[in-house]
Amino acid sequence: MVIGGGNAALCAALTAREAGRSVTVLECAPFEYRGGNSRHTRNMRCMHTAPTDVLTDAYPEDEYYADLLRVTGGLTTEHLARLVIRESPNANQWMKNQGARFQPSLGGTLHLGRTNAFFLGGGKALMNAYYQAAKKRGISVLYNAEVTDVDIRDGRFHSGQMLLEGKPAEFRAKALVVASGGFESNLEWLEEAWGEAARNFIIRGTPYNKGKLLRLLLDNGAESVADPKQCHAVAIDGRAPKFDGGIVTRLDCVPLGIVVNKFGERFYDEGEDLWPKRYAIWGRLVAQQPDQIAYSIIDSKAMGRFMPSVFPPITANTIGELASALGLPAATVENTVQAYNATVRPGSFDHQTLDDCRTEGLTPPKSHWAQAIDKPPYYGYPLRPGITFTYLGVRVNEKAEVRINGNSSPNIFAAGEIMAGNIVGKGYLAGLGMTIGSVFGRIAGKEAARAAH
Amino acid sequence: MSDSRIAEGERLLVICNSCRYCEGYCAVFPAMEQRLSFTPADVRYLANLCHNCAECYYACQFAPPHEFAVNVPKVFAEIRAESYKQYAWPAYVRVSGWLAVAIGFAVVLLLAGASDATGANFYGIIPHETMVAVFSAISAYIAIVYAAGVRRFWKESGERLPGVSAWMQAARDVLALKNLSSSGAGCTYPDEEHSQARRIFHHFTFYGFLLCLASTTVAAIYHFAGSVAPHPYLSAPVILGTLGGIGLLVGPVGLYALKRRRDPAIVDAKQDGTDVSFLVLLFLTSLTGLLLLALRESPAMGTLLRVHLGVVLGLFLTLPYGKFVHGIYRSAALLRSAYEMARSKH
Repeated sequence: MVIGGGNAALCAALTAREAGRSVTVLECAPFEYRGGNSRHTRNMRCMHTAPTDVLTDAYPEDEYYADLLRVTGGLTTEHLARLVIRESPNANQWMKNQGARFQPSLGGTLHLGRTNAFFLGGGKALMNAYYQAAKKRGISVLYNAEVTDVDIRDGRFHSGQMLLEGKPAEFRAKALVVASGGFESNLEWLEEAWGEAARNFIIRGTPYNKGKLLRLLLDNGAESVADPKQCHAVAIDGRAPKFDGGIVTRLDCVPLGIVVNKFGERFYDEGEDLWPKRYAIWGRLVAQQPDQIAYSIIDSKAMGRFMPSVFPPITANTIGELASALGLPAATVENTVQAYNATVRPGSFDHQTLDDCRTEGLTPPKSHWAQAIDKPPYYGYPLRPGITFTYLGVRVNEKAEVRINGNSSPNIFAAGEIMAGNIVGKGYLAGLGMTIGSVFGRIAGKEAARAAH
Repeated sequence: MSDSRIAEGERLLVICNSCRYCEGYCAVFPAMEQRLSFTPADVRYLANLCHNCAECYYACQFAPPHEFAVNVPKVFAEIRAESYKQYAWPAYVRVSGWLAVAIGFAVVLLLAGASDATGANFYGIIPHETMVAVFSAISAYIAIVYAAGVRRFWKESGERLPGVSAWMQAARDVLALKNLSSSGAGCTYPDEEHSQARRIFHHFTFYGFLLCLASTTVAAIYHFAGSVAPHPYLSAPVILGTLGGIGLLVGPVGLYALKRRRDPAIVDAKQDGTDVSFLVLLFLTSLTGLLLLALRESPAMGTLLRVHLGVVLGLFLTLPYGKFVHGIYRSAALLRSAYEMARSKH
């Protein structure tokens, strides 16, 4: 029995089926929204020692692990992280065998061409391939199957309750794989962790990841990992829908201009590092600002230098007018822009490298890509924290067995977001979530098949 | 042109352009990525570049019931249909298959009258010169309509005339139906499973049509060289025509069968009539032609020739503004795409 319908869940289901077990998948979403947050993904980070069909150069284990250490500040579990890294090429190959198709990095994402294998057509296409494979191999998939309770005694799963198409039903299985995601779409839980600030968060992905299973496992004595406040959060367009806005709501213009808070003041170095390495900190930065809102301001020099966003910018011919249109105090914003422009040092602008365009004597500084904002029309975008997924999860060992009351469960396994916090306790590396899901999904499937023998 | 469909196309393109997950699928998305905003002409161009395979629809995390309601194949199909009317010269005239065939029969009966002939003496029914005159006139009209339409399409693009390499690339894309192959997996038609079926049946249809044209052309050359129809069964015109005829039996039947099973979510049902009548006319053209070939020595020859010519004339009458134009504007769009992509690489 697999609970969940995303990448980790289907990897587990297909692997357990390969081992000859009878497998049922309980997906709480309806058919159209199956696939959890995997629906919105586009790539997975893969170790490789030589160029492949879709990956350039090489990305060895130690470099991968060093990248992970840097972003997590050490909040990882080394043997599990290295397991994920080492298994990533095998997982990638196995996914191809299931019918998944890959492509070189997408336009506008060349910097990921070495480290990340892109799914042809994106994550939903990947999920379609899995579900087709599952259908062909006789895996039963139940949609609108929301698990409400599990009977766990002495760390062992016995049975569970669910609402299937709204009607109560019981399920039993010899082994249980829990791959049901984090709690990012549970607004009450987010508010528990973040306080009232959470009310202004936007959930980028599926509305179905309410953390029900995470809560049930924790209530049944499962050990937790990672802080409930830790999550993958990026700054997205404030006009995005509350749930499920996905990739098209992201804004990549932050390093090309300045970002001010609701008082019209800057609060962080917009040019600290290359955007792919920094986009994932801006969600938290905006979350820490008053009313959890900020505004990216650019001039017409920046237009065309970043991936277009789905929402049109707010446009004006003067900074004052733009500020008013954004609902910001015009005088303060004018001062902020003036002070910034005055400290910009001459340099040769290069968006692709850490160039020498910087400010001098400004607090906070802008270390790279600093150019005066002086060429009208001016453009503004509202920014909100966009939560991708939460890191609080259940502790697992290298067999994906969930740790319950000090022991490893004999028949409960976890994979995907619900245990990603074992590997990424804070920060993020693009494409890591899918790699964890694929590697631990396969481990969970294999071990569950063994446990159900 | 309905502004609402163009506006809807533009809305979708803005969403797609900020996602780009589908760029590996077909020519539409790389062409889209060349732009930051989309004029009505851009939208029509991209809609005509779309081969309606629906791969992007099944892969789309924003497809209905998502509130963004992204359904590129359906909206592009609607925009294409409207663009055909807009490009049509001198004006769009809807000719139904029934009406066209009725006119075809009327013309043939008028020309043939009660003429009687036997032993495959086709020109005893309708003189060769008459046949040539009628079909040359209508073919010339079709050619002018297409040329004028493509001129309108191209003028709207603001592009100059491309060089040889773009023509070669476009020709390869057209002849191989590259954009229905999805790197070998085939398109998601009639449902979300990948399949080469549509591409294969389209090849039967398209190459069947070309072989029939080749047969007619060779026969015309023979005629002027003094070798008058009926030609022997093992002559070039008969072999080409028979092979083409088989293609036009197999292809349209296959395409129709697929069409019956296709996912209703992705099609513009308003076009079904035009699509089906074209398939039926192609099929009947071939069927009556092959029957005529088989029974040309029999007393039924006169009737069969009248029926065949009536159907062929009907088919020709639908060509200027019927389903066939999709190939004209698709090819023009592929040419523009090849031209643009070559330029963007420099």
